[in-house]
Amino acid sequence: MELNAQKRGPRLSVQLSGELDHHSAEQTRIMLDTLLRDVTVHELVLDLSGMTFMDSAGLGVILGRFRKLSMRGGKLVVKGMNASVDRIFRMSGLYAIVERQ
Amino acid sequence: MHNEMEVRFLSLSGNEGFARAAAAAFAAQMDPGIEELSDIRTAVSEAVTNAIIHGYDQNRDRIVTMQMEIDGDELTVIVSDNGCGIGDIELARKPFFTSKPELERSGMGFSVMEAFMDSVDVVSEVGKGTVITMRKRIRHAN
Repeated sequence: MELNAQKRGPRLSVQLSGELDHHSAEQTRIMLDTLLRDVTVHELVLDLSGMTFMDSAGLGVILGRFRKLSMRGGKLVVKGMNASVDRIFRMSGLYAIVERQ
Repeated sequence: MHNEMEVRFLSLSGNEGFARAAAAAFAAQMDPGIEELSDIRTAVSEAVTNAIIHGYDQNRDRIVTMQMEIDGDELTVIVSDNGCGIGDIELARKPFFTSKPELERSGMGFSVMEAFMDSVDVVSEVGKGTVITMRKRIRHAN
């Protein structure tokens, strides 16, 4: 899992590349939470265009960050989903709670 | 066409990716569509992850077995462990249920397997282990 982050005002844009499964979930969670320690972040935009695989462990990572942002009145946005990532987002109902760009 | 394979690997999380790749490589001879192949990879990932996290409680020195069988246009994947077993299978299969909320699991593992495969059968005995059998008919979408 590779992560590239860029911050503009309250918006933190993070590009995630690689496979997000149980194996890479913890490392990804730690990296994202380190970035979210910056309390001025109110919008997390996850660019998933470089994401080649995601399973329910990845859903757990995204849901956890969504909760974190919700607690500070912020929001989470996802974009760039390939067909298979889009499929697991749709079947899990994730689009009902996170914003899609 | 008929074919069978079996792989055994240690319960290391790094082997989740290996199991997905092995399953996809074996299923590829059925000439599946891209979406079907992606479904198989995802379902295998969920079953193997369950064996590692729940069956073996993240002990890294146990054995996970994955057997696959091709019978005409039907693919069968069997993922088994000799771990702690599932006490209440019906509860474990419920969407959003997780026995390990501290790990920030989504509780969607079985739901994903059910959505992406045609059938998912779970046989488990507490203290003995769990066998997950998944079947999918491949429609040669390529």
